[in-house]
Amino acid sequence: MTVLNSAPAVTHPKGIKTALRKALGKKLLSLEEAHGEIALHVVTAKLNEAMIALRDKCDYQQLVEIAGVDWPDRQPRFEVVYCLLSLTRNHRIRVHVATEEEVPVPTVTDIWPVAGWLEREVFDMYGVLFEGNHDLRRILTDYGFEGHPQRKDFPLTGYVELRYSEEEKRVKYEPVELAQDFRNFDFMSPWEGADYVLPGDEKAEDGKGGKK
Amino acid sequence: MSLSVEKSPTTGDETIENYTINFGPQHPAAHGVLRLVMEMDGEIIERMDPHVGLLHRGTEKLIEHKTYLQALPYFDRLDYCSPLGMEYSYVLAIEKLLNLEVPERAQYLRVLFAELTRICNHMLNLGAHVMDVGAMSPNLWLFELREDCLNFFERASGARMHSAWFRPGGVHQDVPLKLLTDIGDWVDTRLPELFEDALSLVVDNRIFKQRNVDIATVSKEDSIKWGFSGPMIRGSGIPWDIRKSQPYDVYDRMEFDVPVGTKGDCYDRFMVRCEEVRQSARIIKQCLQEIPEGPVCSDDRKVSPPKRAEMKQSMEALIHHFKLYTEGFHVPEGSVYVATESPKGEFGVYLISDGSNKPYRCKIRPTAFSHLQAMEMMCKGHMLADTTAIIGAIDVVFGECDR
Repeated sequence: MTVLNSAPAVTHPKGIKTALRKALGKKLLSLEEAHGEIALHVVTAKLNEAMIALRDKCDYQQLVEIAGVDWPDRQPRFEVVYCLLSLTRNHRIRVHVATEEEVPVPTVTDIWPVAGWLEREVFDMYGVLFEGNHDLRRILTDYGFEGHPQRKDFPLTGYVELRYSEEEKRVKYEPVELAQDFRNFDFMSPWEGADYVLPGDEKAEDGKGGKK
Repeated sequence: MSLSVEKSPTTGDETIENYTINFGPQHPAAHGVLRLVMEMDGEIIERMDPHVGLLHRGTEKLIEHKTYLQALPYFDRLDYCSPLGMEYSYVLAIEKLLNLEVPERAQYLRVLFAELTRICNHMLNLGAHVMDVGAMSPNLWLFELREDCLNFFERASGARMHSAWFRPGGVHQDVPLKLLTDIGDWVDTRLPELFEDALSLVVDNRIFKQRNVDIATVSKEDSIKWGFSGPMIRGSGIPWDIRKSQPYDVYDRMEFDVPVGTKGDCYDRFMVRCEEVRQSARIIKQCLQEIPEGPVCSDDRKVSPPKRAEMKQSMEALIHHFKLYTEGFHVPEGSVYVATESPKGEFGVYLISDGSNKPYRCKIRPTAFSHLQAMEMMCKGHMLADTTAIIGAIDVVFGECDR
């Protein structure tokens, strides 16, 4: 595929893929390349060793970002994505690990101190635990917040809203009350497989309509 | 009753306990809503715990419920001091997933306005930094320049701050020729005059230097470990600029220098930003000289909407317009991480698409998050009054830090 877009141009250093495979060995589950970006899937328990190998053998000096992703249909459910940058080789890679709610991911704070807050954010937003991070407090949400807002099953509106109560002279938390239900439009046309029943079309469901 | 005279303790006998003070969240020097819990030994900072998130608005969650185009204006509201710099990463990420070609004129316009945004952002930061350490006039003068920039944005997009002008495929509207000539005149005359005048008041000023030189020195190794980017990493002496090393749009055709600091203190960061303003002016001049005529948005009608006039004549254009503004466009499955050099540093967007018209996940990599995390490392052993200089030199904006 020819690259037509004008996004930041990164060229892979020569033989980078074999070098990465060699450096990670059995810790590597798979290596994918798409849109000119390399993504490494790594064994969760071996994350620490993998990261040290990437930093010391492959020159990825900087941890730029840690992103959590929620895949409710997948097993394990959560994915933690580490974006690494090599300043000397001018190259970026992503390291993916998969985890469950109860299974902690080893921390990388002793490799990069910057990971402290980034891990706190993933914990706050997804509830993913990081073993070895001693300061795993919430970071972006309110003091005393409950739940993990970036999970796909957390409603966009949340559960509580707060207002200043003139009578009690303090800020009060109350359950969310919406004047209008949150509307989520489905733009899929019926022949593209929208999964709602058209009014008056209920019988088609149980007949031989073939829909689920 | 007998009187007893209490013996007054000699110096050093008395034990003074550390005390904790709370800085912010509402404090003019905190540049927004930053709360710092500091443990002080007299005037010296022993430990610091920055609390962020007071401006958290759930942008990433909201984006997951919007179409790709509807999500764009949220980016203006991240770093509201450099809105176009925020949009840039997002539109490039979408274009990368779509592999969409952008017309040359649009690329030039985006570079031109991104650099204008950089000047605009630095005007605010340099002024605020100077004011944090005690000077008043430069801030007022620099705000005049910022006002000029905002007027240019208004003439291009109709909005002074939240432009929503960069679109997947190009820019929303073409600019009038008069605007380009006015920007050219401004860069040649008014910008250097006012800017150099304002700077001449501070850069060699004894008080300004006393407040900034050797404050919060960060070594090269530390700046890498703590995930610094932009003027912060350059201030520490690492010549890293994404515009140079991983050029996007037409940055590879631009000639500009990357300024670096020598010591990595607050003064270096300040001076790096000053030089960046001059380099941005250089890029703007080159853009104005080289900008070609032509379309300003991709003609792929499945992504970018047709012109209004075309809609009056063509049925197809009308359908395209309707589909784009209700359903939006679908982006093929995949994930990309796109980072650009925003005025504050590396601003990245990690975008995952599941093939629908809404982003599955849009992780925003803010610049200030990692910089603020290093506050404790930078502040330890410094005086309380130095905190303001250090925050000023980080250039934080909480819209972006807290998202």
